[in-house]
Parts: sequence; structure tokens; C-alpha cells
Amino acid sequence: MNEFSNAFRTALQLLVEMDPGLVEIVLLSLRVSLSAVILAAVFALPLGAFVALTQFPGRRGVVILMNAMMSLPPVVVGLVIYLLLSHTGPLGVTGLLFTPTAMIIAQCVLVLPIIAALTRQTVFDLHEEYDEYLRSVGAGTWQKIATLLWDGRTRLSTAILAGFGRAIAEVGAVIIVGGNILHSTRVMTTTIALETSKGDLGMALGLGIILVLMSVAVNTAVVTIGGGANQRTV
Amino acid sequence: MQSQHHMLPLVVDGASYVLKGKAIIEDVSFTIQHAGLTALLGPNGAGKSTLLKLCHGLLPLSSGSIRWGGADVHEVQQKQAMVFQRPVLLRRSAAENVDHVLKLRGASAAERARVIEESLEWAGLADIADTPARKLSGGEQQSLTIARAWALNPEVLLLDEPTANLDPAATRRVEDLIRSFAGAGKKVIMATHNIAQAQRLADEVLFLNHGRLLEHAPAKQFMSGPSDPLAARFIAGELVE
Repeated sequence: MNEFSNAFRTALQLLVEMDPGLVEIVLLSLRVSLSAVILAAVFALPLGAFVALTQFPGRRGVVILMNAMMSLPPVVVGLVIYLLLSHTGPLGVTGLLFTPTAMIIAQCVLVLPIIAALTRQTVFDLHEEYDEYLRSVGAGTWQKIATLLWDGRTRLSTAILAGFGRAIAEVGAVIIVGGNILHSTRVMTTTIALETSKGDLGMALGLGIILVLMSVAVNTAVVTIGGGANQRTV
Repeated sequence: MQSQHHMLPLVVDGASYVLKGKAIIEDVSFTIQHAGLTALLGPNGAGKSTLLKLCHGLLPLSSGSIRWGGADVHEVQQKQAMVFQRPVLLRRSAAENVDHVLKLRGASAAERARVIEESLEWAGLADIADTPARKLSGGEQQSLTIARAWALNPEVLLLDEPTANLDPAATRRVEDLIRSFAGAGKKVIMATHNIAQAQRLADEVLFLNHGRLLEHAPAKQFMSGPSDPLAARFIAGELVE
């Protein structure tokens, strides 16, 4: 119990003093996860919309795969990216292993299916409603996609926030491809894992508090945006 | 007033639409020669909406043909506008809803601004231009879909039960817009199950039941004494199945 209160006191101290080590780690976490989510969204939004709108052989399989990939185990994604980027791997020449870029790629792979699957569902539902209108006014496939993505913007932003929530909290993939190197690839989750095993509970708890606060903030944003969207559709 | 209408005559010849083995529209043939308002009248489930959508090219014919002024439906679809029973409005402001169709047509920014203002003014919606479309009342929403159709300056307006969900005041407002459309020389074809509405608005009536065309007559003649016995019962206010 004493150990816990000591850790808590240290954690608060680190937070209040804006400890440079802690700030560096938080900023890197944000940089990696935000980049990953933006990158994922750039591909996932059109992909999800395209799958929702077009008929092609194997479409059902793609939908099932997309939904299944929402719960990809992060360590497996980390392992596969590790194998691809390692010196002997096909992308070894890029020298990206154990860099923040590798972590961005790994988190992007984790988050992309989430955003794509939620986009597909959102666009599909909206298309049910808009289909006859869009065909009546002669919209082409890309014009339809642009219309549906824009009109689904509130639900899509919650999908993107959900993706960010997964990325920022994930540890398995970034620890494998990032290597948890001090001042280079050490993010909040990997630091918590490391510091806890080292017995430095203050730092771990301080980062844990920030992580939980971020999670609360993200979920508050999801609920707020979602509530606003419901109001607007009355 | 346009004296010559490029989209007429509308010639529907042996049109059928079969869905899952059931004929929704069965061997319907008619010719519409004149501008003004044609009402597709009949009880619910008569196939009125389906026939409208076939005429607009939203559904594929199972057999038969539909020609507008000699042209295939898909060639002239963009000279038509359609208004649906439940207003389909984008999750944007009233003005942006009109803007959407103008953008699709490739209109310039200046042209769009001018037409948006004109159309909303025409429909009496100028003061709610910036209101989110889905926050408008039912009557305003349906007026907005008609204003959006007006903005496209179509030669033909197809309306699917445009006032089915509206109260009398809103219905009057929407009917005024429909009259104004027809008065501008456009061809208006409206599906309705409401005899009084057909009486108020229509120049001619197509009476449908169970996917078949039972009577095609000038509105006055039809209302005073339809030759089809089922139509006579419908007009007399009986429940026709």
C-alpha cells in the first residue's frame, strides 16, 4: 500500500512538473498514433465507401474480412511488420525497423480495418436513403462517394476517434517494431510495460494516468459528436 | 410558356416490371401528348411509384418500352427531376442541398449562387437558406426538394405522392409549387392516391390498380364519370383493393 501511494505521489509530481522525459514520451505517442490514424483514414474512408457502393465478385468475403480484421491481435501485426522490415526481410533495405515510422506503419495496419469497416457500414446505411436521389440527379460513383462521406461526417469522425483510441492504447505492435528505444521509439504504453517490470512505478503510473485521461477525452468526444449527430437527424 | 415540348410525347408501350416473380406493372401502354399535369391515380399498391420510377429510369423494365420524345429514358433522365414521397435531403443546409445538384451539373460558382437564391425565393424558402435541411418542417422539406428540382430547370417533373405525409397547410403550399411548375410549361406527372388532390391539380388522369392501367382520360371527364367500374367505385370513396 505504501509502495502504491509513493508511486502515486511520484506520478503526480512528474505530471505537475511536466517532467521532460515524460513529455517527450507523450509527444512521441501522439505523433505516432495521430500519423497512423490520418494515414489509415486517407485509405480507409474511400475503401470503405467503395466496398459499400459497388458490387463485385467476392464482395461479401471482403466485408467479412474487413470486419474480422477489426480485432487483429497487435502482436501478430507487429510480428508481420517486423519480418517485413527486418534486415533479411523484403523491405529490409528501407532501414525502417526500430524507427517511429515503423510504429506508424504498424498502427496504421491495426487501425485501417476499423475505420474501413465502420465507414462501409455508415456509407451503406446512408446510401440506402440517398440511392434514388443520387441516381435521379445522375451522380457518378466518385460523386456519390464524396456526397456520402461528407454527409456521414459525424459518424465517420467517431470511427476515426475509435481508431485513435485503439492506436494510442496499443502496446504489442509498437514494442516489436519500435524496440522501445529511449529518446527514439519509446511511447507511453511501451514505457509503462518497461518501467513496471523495472519497478519504477511512478513513471508508469504517471503515463497510465495520462493514457486513461486521453481515453476518457476520446470517448467523451465520441459521445458528444454522436449526440450532436442524432439531434441533427431529427 | 413553352409551346413545343421536346420530351413529349411520352410513349409507354407494353411496359412490365416483374419483381421476384410478381408483376408490379403489367403490360401498361399509354401515350401522353400534352404538357400540364398528369395524375397517376389509384389505391396504395397499384404500382404508381413503380411506374414513375420506370419512366425516370430508376428501375429497369422487364419488358416493353418507354420513350420520351422518341428518346430512351436514360438519354433524357437529366432533363427530368424527381421528387420522392419521403423527402431525400442531405445533411446540409437548405442552400447547400440546392447547391449539391448544381455542382453535379457542373454549374459555375456565380451561376450556382444565382440559381440557389432564385430557387429558394421561388419556393418561399429564402429566409431558411442556412437552416440545416433536416431541421425544417415536413412541408418546408418537401418544398425544398421541389425547389431543388426547380433549380435544375427540368422539362419534366415526376412527383411520387409528394404530400402523403403532410398536413393541409403544408399540402397547399406544396400544391402551389407544383401548379407553378406546370404553369411554367413543364410536364408534371404525379402519383397520388388522393382523389381530391387529383381533382385540384390534374389535367388528365391515369387510373391504375394492381399494376394495370384501367383508364386514361381527361381529368374532368374522369371525375364526372369514369368508364371503368373499379375507378367509379374508387371515386365514390369505396375502399378498392
